[in-house]
Amino acid sequence: MNDTDLMVDARGVRKWFGTHEVLKSISLTIPRGEVLSLLGPSGSGKSTFLRCINHLEAIDGGRIYVDDELIGYKERGDKIYEMKPREIAKQRRKIGMVFQRFNLFPHMTALGNIIDAPMGVNGESKEEATAQALQLLDRVGLADRADAYPAQLSGGQQQRVAIARALAMKPKLMLFDEPTSALDPELVGDVLDVMRDLAKSGMTMIVVTHEIGFSREVADRMVFMDDGIVVEAGAPNDVLDNPQHPRTQAFLESVL
Amino acid sequence: MTTDVERSTDDDVVAIPLRHPWRWVAAAAVIVVLGLLFNSLWTNENIQKQYIWQFVFDPRILKGVWITLIVTIISMVVATILAIILAIMRMSANPVLRGVSFLYIWFFRGTPLLVQIVFWGYLGLLYKQISLGVPLTDFHIFAVDTNTLIPALVGGVIALSLNEAAYAAEIVRAGLLSIDHGQREAAYSLGMGPGYTLRRIILPQSMKVIIPPMGNETISMLKNTSLLAVVAVPELYTASSQISSGNLRQVELLIVASLWYLFITSVLSVPQFYLERYYARGNSRQLPPTPYQQLKQNIARMRGRADNRRVAAKAREEMSA
Repeated sequence: MNDTDLMVDARGVRKWFGTHEVLKSISLTIPRGEVLSLLGPSGSGKSTFLRCINHLEAIDGGRIYVDDELIGYKERGDKIYEMKPREIAKQRRKIGMVFQRFNLFPHMTALGNIIDAPMGVNGESKEEATAQALQLLDRVGLADRADAYPAQLSGGQQQRVAIARALAMKPKLMLFDEPTSALDPELVGDVLDVMRDLAKSGMTMIVVTHEIGFSREVADRMVFMDDGIVVEAGAPNDVLDNPQHPRTQAFLESVL
Repeated sequence: MTTDVERSTDDDVVAIPLRHPWRWVAAAAVIVVLGLLFNSLWTNENIQKQYIWQFVFDPRILKGVWITLIVTIISMVVATILAIILAIMRMSANPVLRGVSFLYIWFFRGTPLLVQIVFWGYLGLLYKQISLGVPLTDFHIFAVDTNTLIPALVGGVIALSLNEAAYAAEIVRAGLLSIDHGQREAAYSLGMGPGYTLRRIILPQSMKVIIPPMGNETISMLKNTSLLAVVAVPELYTASSQISSGNLRQVELLIVASLWYLFITSVLSVPQFYLERYYARGNSRQLPPTPYQQLKQNIARMRGRADNRRVAAKAREEMSA
């Protein structure tokens, strides 16, 4: 495939957990530079879809292309082949992910968390990686906490370190899986500020979130998922203020 | 009441401490029993203490201590490496590796260590020669007599290592399982491969779960080296029993051996403490204090308590006045 203006091209993605079909043929394209907000009740498949994009979950049907590359498989002729773990790891380097539970490495300092993958995976020198990490820490407002261990940081600080850690791999796409759901309300703002700046810098982002205000302000497009399908998609203001589908209406009524 | 004026205005609680008479009674009872026991041993004419002092630094005993220590360390290192391999095999997606690991652990945990040690001593009966060559042909690069290649000491180390690996494998596996799945996902999402993730992310975190029971295993290993007496390895226990079979001072030499076992056990707990402390970094907000820090704290606390006592005594005087 040639370079297209699509960062993510998901075609008919299906996923089963045992006998339960979590994703029922999801087709979604995300142009480069777009910020997409994924909304939906819990169990709607939005997190699973996100995890399929970087192959943390293998899909059972359809295709996902990121940056014009098929994720997790190789296409040769009309057959597809499973990739080696090393090849999958290589694909994941351009896809950053931020988790609801932060998942910082507790045995490393904030700085250690950020420089480990650039050094160990990309082969950057310690000086190079550290210089970049300190810049990133400054960008997320934690320049003075480089030597703190995750246990010494608040949830909001941990999440900002996690964002810096993902950015250190210079990803082309960032996935956010409910990044503020595990935070105390007063800590949410700092994390959203960092994400807002990131969106302004032109990063392609897919954000699973219940922060309606943030989505309205930052997202270019909003997708509402329910029961493994895309129910509705459009500009955030349209979806939020004028939902067409009864399921979207019911969900928004219960949240707002 | 006029107490409002007399009452101390500062907020420190300067209470007269509650008395605990039963604590004193219990302590005294235990001390008396221990004292009687110690006295019966100390004044026992059948224990000639000069033999203890005479043999505790005897060259044969010191050589035994040395062998015991070396065998313990080598066996633990080999066992730990094997254990990590076995634990990873046990959690592998490959059913053959899983099965082999399971059978290994089943076999080596299920047969007595003593039997395994004797078995390695008799390996020469099973395979007269050990050779390196092309299987199922007569071509050999070299062939050696089994008893030459595997003397008693090597056989003993092999037996102890293989046996310990089975136990340690389960400890390592428990450690690996104790790590939250999110850690692996975070590592993968950063483009780390499975091997790198295990080495850099999973294993270092498992260490805080693995090290305390492995410390136990090391101490067990130290004492299990005495089983090598059955294949005549001149370790500590063999050395002491050889001496006592000559001079018939069995009890004294058992005490000599025990003193050394206790000493080595105490010494081995030092690296364990510092290893635990190293792997605890980042896990708690405050690392456990080193013995020196603890000592400083204790002295400070004792000073504080003495101060409190002085204040309390003063308050009592004032009350009675």
